[in-house]
Amino acid sequence: MAQLFFFYLAGVIVLTSILVVALRNPVYSVLSLLIMFFHVAGLYVTLHAEFVAAVQIIVYAGAILVLYLFVVMLLNVTREDRYHEQLPLGALLGVTLLTEVILLMLQPAGGTPSLPRAVPPAPTIGNTEAIGEVLYSTYVFPFEVASLILLVAMIGAIVLAKRDLFEQKG
Amino acid sequence: MVVPISYYVILSATVFIIGMVGVLIRRNIIIILLSVELMLNATNINFVAFSNYFHNVAGQVFVFFTLTVAAAEVAVGLAIIIALYRSKSSINVDEFQLMKW
Repeated sequence: MAQLFFFYLAGVIVLTSILVVALRNPVYSVLSLLIMFFHVAGLYVTLHAEFVAAVQIIVYAGAILVLYLFVVMLLNVTREDRYHEQLPLGALLGVTLLTEVILLMLQPAGGTPSLPRAVPPAPTIGNTEAIGEVLYSTYVFPFEVASLILLVAMIGAIVLAKRDLFEQKG
Repeated sequence: MVVPISYYVILSATVFIIGMVGVLIRRNIIIILLSVELMLNATNINFVAFSNYFHNVAGQVFVFFTLTVAAAEVAVGLAIIIALYRSKSSINVDEFQLMKW
């Protein structure tokens, strides 16, 4: 049952990612990325990461994709008729790497040492609570750095997109 | 029936490679940024799968840092796209050759 669910989610994720790359109209690409984000959130729920799933839907599907849609419609991009001329090179590289990864991961045990599986502790607290405790104790310094990154990105976006920020008036 | 960890790694690698091919073969800058988002999501799938496998919540914490970097990348990237469109009236990567040699 869990495997069936995984194969459904994985199939939709792979299919919509291919559509993102292959579709000619940017609006359709963004919409298929939206479907992919929802299915990735479903995958997180099956992996017992409910809080990450919620954040995935709120931040990625709710904020980032809306930003993309705004820009696509603001620039009024028409559909492009052809791909980049390095299409054969890119396709060859992708197929080669993909075959390599699948062969590497599906080879029988003994080729690669199997990862030691940790003993599952009894879940005493919820997922959100556990993330909060780790985030604000062990990872509090990276957390502050992340806020700094967001500040720099905000200032950078304003400076880049404003038309006449440094020009003299009159 | 539990899903083996290698299936998640294969799924993540597939999505990552699709994103990489997308960066290589598309001419529209917006689609290239979308492909970068695909690659970031592939790493997130890996983080969460291994976090579940080792029963360690640190992997899920790193998903938040990835999310922060993705948001910052989108904000700055789209601002750059708007500035480029203003100067060239196009968002095809072929037409930006100022720093090419």
